[in-house]
Amino acid sequence: MDVTHALAAGMGGMRTAGDLVARMQMARGMRLEPAKRYVAGKLGCTVRDLSDSYAMEQIRGEKGLGRILDHSNLHPGEPNAMMAKFRIAELLGVPIRSVERFRELAGL
Amino acid sequence: MEAKVPTRMGDGYMVEMTRSELRADLEDATQAAAGKAKVPPLAQEELDHLLDIYASRAAFTSVDIGDQVVLSCDGGGSKMTGTDLLDLLESEQRLGQDILELWHIEYSYKAIKTILPFQQQVMQNCQLMMTAPVQYGAQPNLAFYSKPDGPADNWFELLPRGDIAGARAAIAEAMDHATKDFIYVGEGMLDAGADGMDFDTTGGAGDADFFSTLRAVKHLRAKYPDAGIEVGMAGEFVIGVHGELEWEGRRLAGLWPKEQLEVCQDAGATIFGPAVNIRTGKSCAWNAAYSITVCKPAMDVARIPVHPNVGEGVGGVPVNGYPPEDAASRAAKAHVDILRCDGL
Repeated sequence: MDVTHALAAGMGGMRTAGDLVARMQMARGMRLEPAKRYVAGKLGCTVRDLSDSYAMEQIRGEKGLGRILDHSNLHPGEPNAMMAKFRIAELLGVPIRSVERFRELAGL
Repeated sequence: MEAKVPTRMGDGYMVEMTRSELRADLEDATQAAAGKAKVPPLAQEELDHLLDIYASRAAFTSVDIGDQVVLSCDGGGSKMTGTDLLDLLESEQRLGQDILELWHIEYSYKAIKTILPFQQQVMQNCQLMMTAPVQYGAQPNLAFYSKPDGPADNWFELLPRGDIAGARAAIAEAMDHATKDFIYVGEGMLDAGADGMDFDTTGGAGDADFFSTLRAVKHLRAKYPDAGIEVGMAGEFVIGVHGELEWEGRRLAGLWPKEQLEVCQDAGATIFGPAVNIRTGKSCAWNAAYSITVCKPAMDVARIPVHPNVGEGVGGVPVNGYPPEDAASRAAKAHVDILRCDGL
């Protein structure tokens, strides 16, 4: 069922910009359209690009926001996971709890 | 003779109905919902659109390009295919989920309290590996605080005896324990790096279940202003087990999704998830129209994102361990297209 909903109606998570729009809903309680416009503005793309995996794969790569990894699409040397979240927090202008905690525990 | 199309009943069983029969189901459902919830029925063009969705022979359907919504997914980190961390990685990297959720099979805050350090460690490890937001989810399950499972007298035994005052006293005692647990777990998981908390199936034990959750939401919002807080409901209206509980002057018993949303957003939730339970003896088309009619008024007053529940047995998705893709995808499209909701 998770697959069904992801294909039928989901933004696509970090395959697109679904995780970024989700962060604005969670951290700021933004409704969908304002959240999409906010993220598109920060990325410098159109709202439609946000759920376009072709466009977002390139934009995420350029901005170091983390990309899906598979056997034919690996990006060693590029930020992913926690490294990417540092950049996402800065890009979106919202604190990410795990980034703050990492900074504190690593003594950065 | 009018052609028949394959479609589903609320238990998932495939049947065949004509377009006219489906239209009759949609019209009956929206009138039934309007009468029960005292809300407007769907407009004719909305019913026509639902008919197009449900009278199709397609094995799968989807929203239009650009209309995709945020998915908040419970059940991601379930350890079904390995560890919870691996499940979440699969959910992120293979399923493309927008909001991931770590949870434990003992899916109650009361149970999670006893294993909080274990869950905090898992959350910390997950956060190192994930890019997408990861929230922590569990259910309030207020009934677990009554005897024999908990410390309070069992109000479901006291009420049939007519001991209303005793039952309400027992509920009040249980609510105090519950809210403390919700806050304890919520603070613990947010301190461990969770991006948010999910109070899943809220109101399952009635208005007191809802009230004890709202108190925890208000506390967590004040302490963690940037944290996500999702309140997903258990059913279409709040059952009045206590009957007199009010949230800021509004009685909780009998609230429908619009009013449920209003109290949730006032308490500090950032995502609201209405849930409308399925009628297994009705078609999925009927169930979707009923759910959408009941939820629609909430969309007009929402200041926060609304993610209608479209899991097993709610929101027009059959109550079946393996909800058929044709029915689940139609439910998703129907809710997004008609409600213009913010997520699922």
